[in-house]
Amino acid sequence: MDLSVNIAGLKLKNPIIAASGTFGFGREFSGFFDLNLIGGISVKGLTLKPRKGNSPPRIAETPAGILNSVGLQNPGVEAFIRDEIPFLRRFDTCIITNIAGNTVDDYCRMAEILSEADIDAIELNVSCPNVKEGCLMFGSTAEGISNVTAAVRKVCKKPLIVKLSPNVTDITKMAKAAEDSGADCVSLINTILGMAIDINSRRPILGNIMGGLSGPAVKPVAVRMVYQVSKAVKIPVIGMGGISNAEDAVEFLLAGASAVMIGTAGFVNPYVWVETAEGIKQYMEKHGFEKVSDITGALLD
Amino acid sequence: MNFNGTILKSEKLAEDIYFLRLKSGAIPENAVPGQFVNIKCGNGLDAYLRRPISILRANPSENTFDIVYMIRGKGTRLLSCVECGGTVDCIGPLGKGFTLPEKGEKICVIGGGIGIFPLLFLLERSVEVKKTAFLGFRTKELIVLQEDFEKASDKMVISTDDGSYGINGLITKPFSEYMETEKPDRVYTCGPVPMMKAVAEICIEKGIFCEVSMEQRMGCGIGACLVCACRVRHNDDYDYERICRDGPVFNAEKIIF
Repeated sequence: MDLSVNIAGLKLKNPIIAASGTFGFGREFSGFFDLNLIGGISVKGLTLKPRKGNSPPRIAETPAGILNSVGLQNPGVEAFIRDEIPFLRRFDTCIITNIAGNTVDDYCRMAEILSEADIDAIELNVSCPNVKEGCLMFGSTAEGISNVTAAVRKVCKKPLIVKLSPNVTDITKMAKAAEDSGADCVSLINTILGMAIDINSRRPILGNIMGGLSGPAVKPVAVRMVYQVSKAVKIPVIGMGGISNAEDAVEFLLAGASAVMIGTAGFVNPYVWVETAEGIKQYMEKHGFEKVSDITGALLD
Repeated sequence: MNFNGTILKSEKLAEDIYFLRLKSGAIPENAVPGQFVNIKCGNGLDAYLRRPISILRANPSENTFDIVYMIRGKGTRLLSCVECGGTVDCIGPLGKGFTLPEKGEKICVIGGGIGIFPLLFLLERSVEVKKTAFLGFRTKELIVLQEDFEKASDKMVISTDDGSYGINGLITKPFSEYMETEKPDRVYTCGPVPMMKAVAEICIEKGIFCEVSMEQRMGCGIGACLVCACRVRHNDDYDYERICRDGPVFNAEKIIF
Protein backbone atom coordinates (compact mmCIF):
# COMPACT_ATOMS: atom_id res chain seq x y z
CA MET A 1 0.00 0.00 0.00
CA ASP A 2 1.36 3.38 -0.96
CA LEU A 3 0.68 6.22 1.45
CA SER A 4 3.17 8.61 -0.12
CA VAL A 5 2.09 11.73 -1.93
CA ASN A 6 3.93 14.12 -4.16
CA ILE A 7 2.67 17.67 -3.97
CA ALA A 8 4.33 20.21 -6.20
CA GLY A 9 7.72 18.59 -5.82
CA LEU A 10 7.24 18.01 -2.13
CA LYS A 11 7.50 14.30 -1.37
CA LEU A 12 5.59 13.26 1.73
CA LYS A 13 5.80 9.70 3.09
CA ASN A 14 2.15 9.99 4.05
CA PRO A 15 -0.48 12.69 3.65
CA ILE A 16 -0.43 13.74 7.31
CA ILE A 17 1.08 17.12 8.14
CA ALA A 18 1.09 18.90 11.49
CA ALA A 19 -0.72 22.23 11.04
CA SER A 20 1.10 25.47 11.68
CA GLY A 21 0.60 27.07 15.07
CA THR A 22 -0.42 23.90 16.85
CA PHE A 23 2.85 22.00 16.80
CA GLY A 24 5.50 24.58 17.69
CA PHE A 25 8.72 23.45 16.06
CA GLY A 26 8.07 19.80 16.84
CA ARG A 27 10.01 19.54 20.08
CA GLU A 28 7.06 19.14 22.45
CA PHE A 29 5.22 16.46 20.50
CA SER A 30 8.45 14.56 19.85
CA GLY A 31 8.10 13.46 23.49
CA PHE A 32 4.86 11.67 22.54
CA PHE A 33 5.57 10.06 19.18
CA ASP A 34 8.28 9.54 16.61
CA LEU A 35 8.20 12.50 14.22
CA ASN A 36 9.49 10.18 11.47
CA LEU A 37 5.97 8.79 11.28
CA ILE A 38 4.35 11.87 9.76
CA GLY A 39 4.64 13.31 6.27
CA GLY A 40 5.51 16.83 7.29
CA ILE A 41 5.44 19.59 9.85
CA SER A 42 4.25 23.09 9.09
CA VAL A 43 6.10 25.02 11.77
CA LYS A 44 4.76 27.82 13.95
CA GLY A 45 4.19 30.94 11.79
CA LEU A 46 7.40 32.91 11.41
CA THR A 47 7.92 36.62 10.96
CA LEU A 48 11.02 38.51 9.86
CA LYS A 49 11.68 39.82 13.36
CA PRO A 50 10.76 38.11 16.64
CA ARG A 51 7.15 38.73 17.67
CA LYS A 52 5.78 38.70 21.20
CA GLY A 53 2.17 37.93 20.37
CA ASN A 54 -1.08 39.15 21.89
CA SER A 55 -2.15 39.73 25.49
CA PRO A 56 -3.68 36.73 27.25
CA PRO A 57 -6.14 35.12 27.58
CA ARG A 58 -5.41 33.70 24.16
CA ILE A 59 -7.83 30.80 24.12
CA ALA A 60 -11.53 30.21 24.66
CA GLU A 61 -13.24 26.87 24.48
CA THR A 62 -16.40 26.89 22.35
CA PRO A 63 -18.74 24.05 21.37
CA ALA A 64 -16.58 21.39 19.66
CA GLY A 65 -13.74 23.79 19.17
CA ILE A 66 -11.57 26.63 20.35
CA LEU A 67 -10.92 30.26 19.60
CA ASN A 68 -7.30 31.38 19.71
CA SER A 69 -5.66 34.76 19.50
CA VAL A 70 -1.97 33.95 19.92
CA GLY A 71 -0.95 36.60 17.41
CA LEU A 72 2.05 34.92 15.80
CA GLN A 73 4.37 34.76 18.81
CA ASN A 74 7.63 33.47 17.33
CA PRO A 75 11.40 33.94 17.61
CA GLY A 76 11.83 35.27 14.04
CA VAL A 77 13.09 33.57 10.93
CA GLU A 78 16.82 33.81 11.73
CA ALA A 79 16.46 32.22 15.16
CA PHE A 80 14.31 29.51 13.62
CA ILE A 81 17.02 28.65 11.11
CA ARG A 82 19.73 28.67 13.76
CA ASP A 83 17.93 26.94 16.63
CA GLU A 84 15.15 24.80 15.19
CA ILE A 85 16.17 23.41 11.78
CA PRO A 86 19.00 21.28 13.24
CA PHE A 87 16.48 19.65 15.58
CA LEU A 88 13.84 19.11 12.89
CA ARG A 89 16.40 17.67 10.48
CA ARG A 90 17.05 14.80 12.86
CA PHE A 91 13.77 13.41 11.54
CA ASP A 92 12.85 12.19 8.11
CA THR A 93 9.84 14.46 7.69
CA CYS A 94 9.23 17.48 5.47
CA ILE A 95 9.77 20.91 6.98
CA ILE A 96 7.24 23.43 5.77
CA THR A 97 7.93 26.96 6.95
CA ASN A 98 4.85 29.05 7.49
CA ILE A 99 5.66 32.75 7.06
CA ALA A 100 3.66 35.90 7.78
CA GLY A 101 4.52 39.50 7.04
CA ASN A 102 3.32 43.05 7.50
CA THR A 103 4.38 44.02 3.99
CA VAL A 104 5.04 42.32 0.65
CA ASP A 105 8.71 43.09 1.25
CA ASP A 106 8.64 41.14 4.52
CA TYR A 107 7.30 38.06 2.75
CA CYS A 108 9.90 38.36 -0.03
CA ARG A 109 12.78 38.86 2.39
CA MET A 110 11.77 35.77 4.37
CA ALA A 111 11.29 33.71 1.22
CA GLU A 112 14.78 34.71 0.08
CA ILE A 113 16.33 33.78 3.40
CA LEU A 114 14.44 30.48 3.64
CA SER A 115 15.23 29.57 0.03
CA GLU A 116 18.83 29.25 1.15
CA ALA A 117 17.92 27.28 4.28
CA ASP A 118 17.53 23.54 4.71
CA ILE A 119 13.75 23.42 4.50
CA ASP A 120 11.37 21.74 2.06
CA ALA A 121 8.60 24.21 1.32
CA ILE A 122 7.26 27.64 2.16
CA GLU A 123 3.68 28.21 3.22
CA LEU A 124 2.56 31.81 2.78
CA ASN A 125 0.34 32.72 5.67
CA VAL A 126 -2.00 35.36 4.28
CA SER A 127 -4.78 34.32 6.58
CA CYS A 128 -3.90 34.87 10.24
CA PRO A 129 -6.90 36.67 11.76
CA ASN A 130 -5.04 37.68 14.92
CA VAL A 131 -2.60 40.37 13.79
CA LYS A 132 -3.47 43.93 12.96
CA GLU A 133 -1.16 44.59 10.04
CA GLY A 134 -0.53 42.61 6.87
CA CYS A 135 -1.32 38.93 6.72
CA LEU A 136 -5.10 38.64 6.39
CA MET A 137 -5.09 42.08 4.76
CA PHE A 138 -3.39 40.38 1.79
CA GLY A 139 -5.45 37.24 2.07
CA SER A 140 -8.88 38.80 2.02
CA THR A 141 -8.84 39.98 -1.58
CA ALA A 142 -7.81 38.25 -4.80
CA GLU A 143 -5.70 41.28 -5.68
CA GLY A 144 -3.85 41.11 -2.39
CA ILE A 145 -3.14 37.41 -2.82
CA SER A 146 -1.93 37.99 -6.39
CA ASN A 147 0.44 40.75 -5.33
CA VAL A 148 2.10 38.89 -2.50
CA THR A 149 2.19 35.51 -4.27
CA ALA A 150 3.67 36.92 -7.49
CA ALA A 151 6.29 38.90 -5.60
CA VAL A 152 7.33 35.92 -3.46
CA ARG A 153 7.32 33.57 -6.45
CA LYS A 154 10.06 35.66 -8.06
CA VAL A 155 12.46 35.09 -5.17
CA CYS A 156 11.27 31.74 -3.80
CA LYS A 157 13.27 28.67 -4.79
CA LYS A 158 11.18 26.22 -2.77
CA PRO A 159 7.74 24.77 -3.41
CA LEU A 160 5.29 27.55 -2.58
CA ILE A 161 2.05 26.88 -0.72
CA VAL A 162 -0.48 29.66 -0.13
CA LYS A 163 -2.62 29.19 2.98
CA LEU A 164 -6.08 30.59 2.45
CA SER A 165 -8.50 32.26 4.79
CA PRO A 166 -12.14 31.18 5.02
CA ASN A 167 -13.06 34.75 6.00
CA VAL A 168 -13.77 35.78 2.40
CA THR A 169 -16.82 35.95 0.15
CA ASP A 170 -15.59 33.42 -2.41
CA ILE A 171 -12.58 31.29 -1.53
CA THR A 172 -12.28 29.86 -5.06
CA LYS A 173 -11.37 33.33 -6.34
CA MET A 174 -8.58 33.51 -3.74
CA ALA A 175 -7.32 30.07 -4.74
CA LYS A 176 -7.32 31.00 -8.43
CA ALA A 177 -5.46 34.21 -7.69
CA ALA A 178 -2.80 32.17 -5.90
CA GLU A 179 -2.59 29.65 -8.75
CA ASP A 180 -2.38 32.35 -11.44
CA SER A 181 0.38 34.12 -9.53
CA GLY A 182 2.62 31.10 -9.32
CA ALA A 183 1.62 29.14 -6.20
CA ASP A 184 2.44 25.42 -6.40
CA CYS A 185 -0.27 24.47 -3.94
CA VAL A 186 -2.94 25.95 -1.69
CA SER A 187 -3.72 24.93 1.88
CA LEU A 188 -7.04 25.64 3.54
CA ILE A 189 -8.72 26.57 5.77
CA ASN A 190 -7.07 28.83 8.27
CA THR A 191 -9.25 29.65 11.28
CA ILE A 192 -12.66 31.31 11.05
CA LEU A 193 -12.87 34.65 12.80
CA GLY A 194 -15.00 34.30 15.90
CA MET A 195 -15.73 35.68 19.35
CA ALA A 196 -16.83 34.49 22.78
CA ILE A 197 -18.13 36.52 25.70
CA ASP A 198 -18.09 35.86 29.44
CA ILE A 199 -21.63 36.87 30.34
CA ASN A 200 -20.84 37.27 34.04
CA SER A 201 -18.01 39.74 33.63
CA ARG A 202 -19.62 41.08 30.41
CA ARG A 203 -16.20 41.02 28.77
CA PRO A 204 -14.81 39.19 25.74
CA ILE A 205 -12.98 36.04 26.88
CA LEU A 206 -10.01 36.68 24.63
CA GLY A 207 -7.56 39.46 25.45
CA ASN A 208 -7.62 40.36 21.76
CA ILE A 209 -11.47 40.35 21.73
CA MET A 210 -11.75 38.22 18.57
CA GLY A 211 -9.92 35.06 17.61
CA GLY A 212 -9.70 32.21 15.14
CA LEU A 213 -12.07 29.27 15.47
CA SER A 214 -10.67 25.78 14.92
CA GLY A 215 -11.53 22.23 15.89
CA PRO A 216 -14.36 19.86 14.90
CA ALA A 217 -16.84 22.77 14.79
CA VAL A 218 -15.30 24.10 11.56
CA LYS A 219 -15.01 20.78 9.72
CA PRO A 220 -18.09 20.92 7.46
CA VAL A 221 -17.17 24.45 6.38
CA ALA A 222 -13.63 23.32 5.63
CA VAL A 223 -14.72 20.22 3.68
CA ARG A 224 -17.04 22.37 1.59
CA MET A 225 -14.29 24.88 0.82
CA VAL A 226 -11.76 22.18 -0.05
CA TYR A 227 -14.35 20.66 -2.38
CA GLN A 228 -15.02 23.99 -4.10
CA VAL A 229 -11.37 24.95 -4.36
CA SER A 230 -10.19 21.62 -5.74
CA LYS A 231 -12.74 21.92 -8.51
CA ALA A 232 -11.61 25.47 -9.27
CA VAL A 233 -7.82 25.03 -9.46
CA LYS A 234 -5.41 22.55 -11.04
CA ILE A 235 -2.71 22.82 -8.38
CA PRO A 236 -2.87 20.42 -5.42
CA VAL A 237 -4.87 21.29 -2.33
CA ILE A 238 -3.92 20.58 1.28
CA GLY A 239 -7.06 20.32 3.37
CA MET A 240 -7.50 21.12 7.03
CA GLY A 241 -10.08 22.23 9.56
CA GLY A 242 -11.28 20.14 12.45
CA ILE A 243 -9.71 16.81 11.50
CA SER A 244 -9.65 14.52 14.54
CA ASN A 245 -9.31 11.04 13.06
CA ALA A 246 -8.88 9.04 9.86
CA GLU A 247 -12.55 9.27 8.90
CA ASP A 248 -12.31 13.05 8.95
CA ALA A 249 -9.06 12.98 6.96
CA VAL A 250 -10.58 10.71 4.31
CA GLU A 251 -13.48 13.14 3.94
CA PHE A 252 -11.01 15.86 3.00
CA LEU A 253 -9.17 13.55 0.56
CA LEU A 254 -12.45 12.60 -1.10
CA ALA A 255 -13.36 16.28 -1.30
CA GLY A 256 -10.21 16.79 -3.35
CA ALA A 257 -7.31 17.29 -0.95
CA SER A 258 -3.98 15.62 -1.74
CA ALA A 259 -2.83 15.82 1.87
CA VAL A 260 -4.23 17.03 5.17
CA MET A 261 -3.05 19.09 8.07
CA ILE A 262 -4.11 18.33 11.63
CA GLY A 263 -3.75 20.73 14.52
CA THR A 264 -6.27 21.45 17.24
CA ALA A 265 -7.16 17.79 17.78
CA GLY A 266 -3.57 17.22 18.93
CA PHE A 267 -4.24 19.35 22.03
CA VAL A 268 -6.66 16.70 23.20
CA ASN A 269 -5.04 13.64 21.65
CA PRO A 270 -1.29 14.07 21.18
CA TYR A 271 -1.15 10.92 19.06
CA VAL A 272 -3.79 12.06 16.56
CA TRP A 273 -1.32 12.44 13.67
CA VAL A 274 0.02 8.88 13.81
CA GLU A 275 -3.38 7.38 14.59
CA THR A 276 -4.83 9.15 11.55
CA ALA A 277 -2.07 7.84 9.28
CA GLU A 278 -2.74 4.31 10.56
CA GLY A 279 -6.48 4.72 10.14
CA ILE A 280 -6.13 5.85 6.54
CA LYS A 281 -4.25 2.62 5.84
CA GLN A 282 -7.15 0.63 7.24
CA TYR A 283 -9.61 2.60 5.12
CA MET A 284 -7.52 1.88 2.02
CA GLU A 285 -7.48 -1.82 2.81
CA LYS A 286 -11.21 -1.91 3.38
CA HIS A 287 -12.05 0.02 0.23
CA GLY A 288 -9.38 -1.40 -2.05
CA PHE A 289 -7.27 1.70 -2.60
CA GLU A 290 -3.68 0.88 -3.60
CA LYS A 291 -2.43 4.43 -3.42
CA VAL A 292 -3.60 7.15 -1.07
CA SER A 293 -3.47 9.56 -3.98
CA ASP A 294 -6.30 7.56 -5.56
CA ILE A 295 -8.62 8.67 -2.76
CA THR A 296 -8.07 12.30 -3.71
CA GLY A 297 -11.14 13.44 -5.56
CA ALA A 298 -12.65 9.92 -5.61
CA LEU A 299 -15.91 11.45 -4.45
CA LEU A 300 -18.90 10.11 -6.33
CA ASP A 301 -20.92 13.22 -6.99
CA MET B 1 3.04 10.57 29.25
CA ASN B 2 -0.54 9.64 28.43
CA PHE B 3 -2.14 7.45 31.08
CA ASN B 4 -5.49 6.23 32.16
CA GLY B 5 -5.84 6.76 35.88
CA THR B 6 -8.24 4.56 37.78
CA ILE B 7 -10.17 6.36 40.49
CA LEU B 8 -9.52 4.67 43.86
CA LYS B 9 -11.12 7.30 46.02
CA SER B 10 -13.47 10.16 45.35
CA GLU B 11 -14.61 12.55 48.03
CA LYS B 12 -16.50 15.82 48.20
CA LEU B 13 -14.49 18.12 50.47
CA ALA B 14 -16.71 21.19 50.32
CA GLU B 15 -19.32 22.72 48.06
CA ASP B 16 -18.06 22.13 44.51
CA ILE B 17 -14.62 20.97 45.74
CA TYR B 18 -13.68 17.35 45.08
CA PHE B 19 -10.77 15.08 45.98
CA LEU B 20 -9.67 12.24 43.72
CA ARG B 21 -7.08 9.52 44.31
CA LEU B 22 -5.92 7.98 41.04
CA LYS B 23 -3.85 4.90 40.35
CA SER B 24 -1.82 5.36 37.22
CA GLY B 25 1.30 4.68 35.22
CA ALA B 26 4.38 6.82 35.62
CA ILE B 27 2.72 9.94 37.02
CA PRO B 28 3.24 9.21 40.78
CA GLU B 29 6.86 8.21 40.29
CA ASN B 30 7.80 11.27 38.26
CA ALA B 31 5.65 14.01 39.74
CA VAL B 32 7.27 16.83 41.70
CA PRO B 33 5.47 19.54 43.71
CA GLY B 34 4.06 22.30 41.51
CA GLN B 35 3.42 20.10 38.50
CA PHE B 36 0.00 19.37 37.03
CA VAL B 37 -1.89 16.77 35.05
CA ASN B 38 -3.99 17.58 32.00
CA ILE B 39 -7.27 15.71 32.17
CA LYS B 40 -9.85 14.91 29.50
CA CYS B 41 -13.00 15.41 31.52
CA GLY B 42 -15.72 14.70 28.97
CA ASN B 43 -15.97 12.16 26.22
CA GLY B 44 -15.36 13.25 22.65
CA LEU B 45 -16.46 16.77 21.88
CA ASP B 46 -18.06 17.51 25.23
CA ALA B 47 -15.83 19.94 27.13
CA TYR B 48 -13.40 19.61 24.27
CA LEU B 49 -10.07 20.62 25.79
CA ARG B 50 -8.24 18.93 28.62
CA ARG B 51 -8.33 20.63 32.04
CA PRO B 52 -5.04 21.31 33.82
CA ILE B 53 -5.27 20.35 37.51
CA SER B 54 -2.37 20.61 39.94
CA ILE B 55 -1.13 17.56 41.77
CA LEU B 56 -1.97 17.52 45.49
CA ARG B 57 0.27 14.62 46.40
CA ALA B 58 2.04 11.69 44.78
CA ASN B 59 2.71 8.36 46.40
CA PRO B 60 5.10 6.33 44.21
CA SER B 61 5.12 3.28 46.51
CA GLU B 62 1.36 2.91 46.09
CA ASN B 63 1.48 4.12 42.48
CA THR B 64 -1.16 6.73 43.23
CA PHE B 65 -1.53 10.48 43.03
CA ASP B 66 -4.17 12.83 44.40
CA ILE B 67 -5.81 15.89 42.95
CA VAL B 68 -8.35 18.34 44.28
CA TYR B 69 -10.39 20.46 41.94
CA MET B 70 -13.26 22.88 42.05
CA ILE B 71 -16.22 22.66 39.72
CA ARG B 72 -15.86 25.79 37.65
CA GLY B 73 -17.54 24.77 34.41
CA LYS B 74 -18.68 21.96 32.19
CA GLY B 75 -15.39 20.01 32.21
CA THR B 76 -14.90 19.83 35.95
CA ARG B 77 -18.61 19.04 36.38
CA LEU B 78 -18.21 16.04 34.08
CA LEU B 79 -15.11 14.96 36.00
CA SER B 80 -17.11 14.99 39.23
CA CYS B 81 -19.49 12.46 37.67
CA VAL B 82 -16.82 9.78 37.14
CA GLU B 83 -17.32 7.18 39.84
CA CYS B 84 -14.84 5.09 41.84
CA GLY B 85 -13.35 2.37 39.69
CA GLY B 86 -13.81 4.49 36.60
CA THR B 87 -10.88 5.75 34.59
CA VAL B 88 -9.72 9.23 33.72
CA ASP B 89 -7.52 10.08 30.72
CA CYS B 90 -4.53 12.04 32.07
CA ILE B 91 -1.39 13.49 30.54
CA GLY B 92 1.37 14.25 32.99
CA PRO B 93 3.15 15.11 35.07
CA LEU B 94 3.54 18.42 33.22
CA GLY B 95 5.28 21.71 33.82
CA LYS B 96 8.12 22.96 35.98
CA GLY B 97 7.64 22.56 39.71
CA PHE B 98 8.88 24.35 42.82
CA THR B 99 12.55 24.46 43.80
CA LEU B 100 12.66 22.22 46.87
CA PRO B 101 14.27 23.70 49.98
CA GLU B 102 17.56 22.46 51.37
CA LYS B 103 17.71 20.64 54.69
CA GLY B 104 17.74 23.00 57.66
CA GLU B 105 16.08 25.86 55.81
CA LYS B 106 13.04 27.79 56.93
CA ILE B 107 10.23 28.06 54.40
CA CYS B 108 6.86 29.69 54.17
CA VAL B 109 3.94 28.90 51.87
CA ILE B 110 1.04 31.27 51.19
CA GLY B 111 -1.99 29.85 49.45
CA GLY B 112 -5.37 31.27 48.62
CA GLY B 113 -8.54 29.31 47.82
CA ILE B 114 -7.98 26.49 45.38
CA GLY B 115 -4.38 27.65 44.98
CA ILE B 116 -3.41 25.87 48.21
CA PHE B 117 -3.25 22.36 46.71
CA PRO B 118 0.19 22.28 45.07
CA LEU B 119 1.57 23.79 48.29
CA LEU B 120 0.57 20.71 50.30
CA PHE B 121 2.66 18.53 47.99
CA LEU B 122 5.57 20.93 48.50
CA LEU B 123 5.22 20.86 52.30
CA GLU B 124 5.03 17.07 52.38
CA ARG B 125 8.12 16.73 50.22
CA SER B 126 10.16 19.27 52.19
CA VAL B 127 11.99 17.26 54.85
CA GLU B 128 14.04 18.51 57.78
CA VAL B 129 12.79 21.99 57.02
CA LYS B 130 10.98 24.45 59.27
CA LYS B 131 7.64 25.11 57.63
CA THR B 132 4.99 27.79 58.09
CA ALA B 133 1.76 27.74 56.11
CA PHE B 134 -0.54 30.73 55.54
CA LEU B 135 -3.85 29.74 54.00
CA GLY B 136 -6.60 32.12 52.99
CA PHE B 137 -10.18 31.24 52.17
CA ARG B 138 -13.29 33.20 51.30
CA THR B 139 -15.32 31.68 54.10
CA LYS B 140 -15.28 28.88 56.70
CA GLU B 141 -17.24 26.42 54.54
CA LEU B 142 -14.52 26.47 51.89
CA ILE B 143 -11.70 25.47 54.26
CA VAL B 144 -10.43 22.09 53.13
CA LEU B 145 -7.54 19.76 53.99
CA GLN B 146 -6.89 21.64 57.22
CA GLU B 147 -5.56 18.53 58.98
CA ASP B 148 -3.26 17.61 56.13
CA PHE B 149 -1.72 21.09 56.13
CA GLU B 150 -1.45 21.05 59.91
CA LYS B 151 0.43 17.76 59.79
CA ALA B 152 2.71 18.90 56.97
CA SER B 153 3.74 22.19 58.59
CA ASP B 154 5.17 23.37 61.90
CA LYS B 155 2.89 26.37 62.13
CA MET B 156 -0.29 27.15 60.29
CA VAL B 157 -2.26 30.38 60.01
CA ILE B 158 -5.72 30.50 58.45
CA SER B 159 -7.71 33.54 57.48
CA THR B 160 -11.14 34.03 55.96
CA ASP B 161 -12.25 37.05 53.96
CA ASP B 162 -15.50 37.26 55.95
CA GLY B 163 -13.98 36.48 59.33
CA SER B 164 -16.02 33.29 59.79
CA TYR B 165 -12.87 31.38 60.81
CA GLY B 166 -9.33 32.27 61.85
CA ILE B 167 -8.00 35.70 61.18
CA ASN B 168 -10.50 38.13 59.68
CA GLY B 169 -9.38 39.40 56.27
CA LEU B 170 -6.89 38.60 53.57
CA ILE B 171 -4.06 36.17 54.29
CA THR B 172 -1.52 38.73 53.10
CA LYS B 173 -2.08 40.64 56.35
CA PRO B 174 -0.76 37.99 58.79
CA PHE B 175 1.90 37.10 56.23
CA SER B 176 3.26 40.63 56.05
CA GLU B 177 3.21 40.87 59.86
CA TYR B 178 5.17 37.62 60.06
CA MET B 179 7.66 38.96 57.55
CA GLU B 180 8.36 41.96 59.76
CA THR B 181 10.04 39.74 62.34
CA GLU B 182 10.90 36.51 60.52
CA LYS B 183 13.21 35.89 57.62
CA PRO B 184 12.40 32.61 55.83
CA ASP B 185 14.88 31.22 53.33
CA ARG B 186 12.19 30.55 50.77
CA VAL B 187 8.63 31.65 50.18
CA TYR B 188 6.21 29.87 47.85
CA THR B 189 2.82 31.14 46.80
CA CYS B 190 -0.17 30.04 44.74
CA GLY B 191 -3.61 31.59 44.52
CA PRO B 192 -5.31 34.76 43.35
CA VAL B 193 -3.07 37.13 41.40
CA PRO B 194 -3.44 40.10 43.81
CA MET B 195 -2.32 37.84 46.68
CA MET B 196 0.67 36.50 44.79
CA LYS B 197 1.60 40.01 43.67
CA ALA B 198 1.55 41.28 47.27
CA VAL B 199 3.63 38.30 48.47
CA ALA B 200 6.11 38.74 45.62
CA GLU B 201 6.56 42.44 46.37
CA ILE B 202 7.29 41.81 50.04
CA CYS B 203 9.82 39.07 49.24
CA ILE B 204 11.55 41.00 46.47
CA GLU B 205 11.92 44.04 48.71
CA LYS B 206 13.50 41.91 51.42
CA GLY B 207 15.61 39.92 48.97
CA ILE B 208 13.96 36.62 49.88
CA PHE B 209 13.73 33.78 47.37
CA CYS B 210 10.13 33.54 46.23
CA GLU B 211 8.37 31.29 43.73
CA VAL B 212 4.87 31.83 42.38
CA SER B 213 2.62 29.34 40.63
CA MET B 214 0.75 30.99 37.76
CA GLU B 215 -2.52 30.10 36.09
CA GLN B 216 -3.97 30.81 32.66
CA ARG B 217 -6.34 29.19 30.17
CA MET B 218 -4.36 26.46 28.41
CA GLY B 219 -4.55 24.74 25.06
CA CYS B 220 -2.19 21.81 24.59
CA GLY B 221 -0.65 21.89 28.09
CA ILE B 222 2.74 20.80 26.74
CA GLY B 223 4.20 24.01 25.34
CA ALA B 224 3.35 23.76 21.67
CA CYS B 225 0.42 26.13 21.18
CA LEU B 226 1.60 29.24 23.06
CA VAL B 227 -1.81 30.21 24.40
CA CYS B 228 -1.09 30.17 28.16
CA ALA B 229 1.19 33.16 27.95
CA CYS B 230 2.61 34.83 31.04
CA ARG B 231 4.29 38.23 30.88
CA VAL B 232 7.86 38.05 32.19
CA ARG B 233 10.71 40.53 32.46
CA HIS B 234 13.16 40.39 29.60
CA ASN B 235 16.10 42.83 29.76
CA ASP B 236 14.36 46.23 29.92
CA ASP B 237 11.31 44.92 28.15
CA TYR B 238 8.83 42.07 28.52
CA ASP B 239 8.39 38.74 26.85
CA TYR B 240 5.83 35.95 27.06
CA GLU B 241 6.65 32.55 28.49
CA ARG B 242 4.48 29.44 28.53
CA ILE B 243 2.82 28.74 31.86
CA CYS B 244 2.39 25.06 30.98
CA ARG B 245 6.01 24.42 30.03
CA ASP B 246 8.25 27.22 31.35
CA GLY B 247 6.03 27.30 34.48
CA PRO B 248 3.59 27.06 36.13
CA VAL B 249 6.16 27.86 38.82
CA PHE B 250 8.26 30.96 38.17
CA ASN B 251 10.68 32.96 40.24
CA ALA B 252 8.68 35.94 41.53
CA GLU B 253 11.28 38.42 40.27
CA LYS B 254 10.58 37.34 36.73
CA ILE B 255 6.84 37.94 36.66
CA ILE B 256 5.22 41.16 35.53
CA PHE B 257 1.92 41.02 37.41
